Amino acid sequence: MAPSRPPAGAVRALRTAGSVGALLMGGVVIWEGYKAVGEALGGVWPGTEVDLPVRPDDRSMPHVWEIVGVLFAPARRGGEDLLGTILLQAALFTWRIALVGFVVGSVFGLLVAILLVRSRLAERSLLPYVIASQTIPILAIAPIVVIWGGRAGLPTWSAVAFVSAYLSFYPVTIGAVRGLRSPAATATELMRSYAAPPRTVLLQLQLPAALPYLFPALRIAATASIIGAIVGELPAGQSQGLGRAILGFASSFSAAPEKLFASVLVSALLGIVFVGLVALVERLVVPAPLRHDDPTETVAMTTLVPAGSLAALATVAAAR
Amino acid sequence: MSTGPAATTPALRLRDVGMVFGAGGARPVTALDGIDLTVAPGELISLIGPSGCGKSTLLRLLADLLSPTSGELEVDGGTAAQARLGRRYGMVFQAATLLEWRKVAANIELPLEIMGVRKAERRARALEMLRLVGLAEFDDSYPWQLSGGMQQRVAIARALVFRPAILLMDEPFGALDEMTRERMQAELLQIWRESGTTIVFVTHSIPEAVFLSTRVVVMSPRPGRIADVIDVDLPRERDDDTREQQQFFELTTRVRDALRKVDAGSTVDPPVGA
Repeated sequence: MAPSRPPAGAVRALRTAGSVGALLMGGVVIWEGYKAVGEALGGVWPGTEVDLPVRPDDRSMPHVWEIVGVLFAPARRGGEDLLGTILLQAALFTWRIALVGFVVGSVFGLLVAILLVRSRLAERSLLPYVIASQTIPILAIAPIVVIWGGRAGLPTWSAVAFVSAYLSFYPVTIGAVRGLRSPAATATELMRSYAAPPRTVLLQLQLPAALPYLFPALRIAATASIIGAIVGELPAGQSQGLGRAILGFASSFSAAPEKLFASVLVSALLGIVFVGLVALVERLVVPAPLRHDDPTETVAMTTLVPAGSLAALATVAAAR
Repeated sequence: MSTGPAATTPALRLRDVGMVFGAGGARPVTALDGIDLTVAPGELISLIGPSGCGKSTLLRLLADLLSPTSGELEVDGGTAAQARLGRRYGMVFQAATLLEWRKVAANIELPLEIMGVRKAERRARALEMLRLVGLAEFDDSYPWQLSGGMQQRVAIARALVFRPAILLMDEPFGALDEMTRERMQAELLQIWRESGTTIVFVTHSIPEAVFLSTRVVVMSPRPGRIADVIDVDLPRERDDDTREQQQFFELTTRVRDALRKVDAGSTVDPPVGA
């Protein structure tokens, strides 16, 4: 644990904001670039009859401005509410459930990590289950949870939150185990030389040392919790959330493709905001000398959200 | 050679101590064999020897961080476990091992905090120790703001803040540059004289061992044994001039010769019971 210089706060924040901006710009350039080049090529690889992976026409890939524009148009012909407003309400609804899942999943994940680090026996007997838990597709688990929850008389949202927690606990467990084991051997010997009880070693040495590992894991968990909530809403038949909106717009894709992409965009923004909130808590909670994360990591984390939303979209499309 | 200066209760007593790692396994490694050593209160003993001679292992046995596989070990009149549970010794490692999220004063307070000392007294004693190691104005700094030598001083202050009878030091100046190292040695001697603490000091450096110690214990490797114990009959008041005295040269030569013999002997298997 060689003490190192913490980064300057303002510079770091600016760089992060700049990187996120550059990321969004890059996304727009790639999207529109693909369309422009694809259309110029007639939708096939040059010199062949082979189709490009995605057709570049406006039905398959609406222009970015059309996607953004539809957010500010009425959701229904002659209706009052803008699509953006409706999607924001749906995002807020989903986020509330995802937040419950995130908190429950993170606390559970941290407790499991402490148990794994404390006891060899726990590690041998529990770790295989922890890893196996993530090999079961979430789409298979979600309906079971919803059915069991319904039979037990639990509110629908709690089943969705469970699916969300199920996805979020894993990165927290893995990150926390690494972090709790990160103190140098001599630091552990030092605590032992003071005859410090295990609780003191955990609170004074292991947990503080784990913070730099825990927060990147929490940022992944934040994105995972949203993906979990979106996927969980589908079998739950929850009609107010983003999951239902995505499913609905997917079924009317051929009539209005830009609405589906608009809802994916909103879910991506929700993820970015959530990750940003976790990063903000990190700045408040983690002492300066322990912060040595770099902005590229934050950016990498935010890319998970659009990727996750698109994955959710793909599973929906496959389910249809 | 194992009898130290006669005194009341010895600070440390080792009788035929042996340490085998992986005993009962396919390839047990004998780290220490037949260690006999008695250290009187207030002595400063150096353990010197080539790598693999078990000097760090010996220190960890005294600290009850490891348990010997044979022999008897007494620390401050009791067992090593009693000494650890009674916080009778402080420990300093080659890396300062400061908690980087705690400020300097809070790092020194750590052992007191674990021992349940009240906040006001903790702070007062931490500041007193900071004055002793010459870092009075750095209480509110973070470890990363300090140089390597300053960090190591904080580690020494932290080891002494609960007034242990014994200080165990594992190559504490090994990572410092030569100038800082010599200054730290002089400061350690001053702290030793003022506090009356018994110090066991593991080192690779011959001049460091001679300059600091009342006795230098030369160890041989594979298995770790005590090859020679050299009394350092320099006066207790030592300064930079000491390093240039004829007697100092003679003593470093004696230690060097002992180490050479150890090195030459280690290429062939040492006869049992030598």
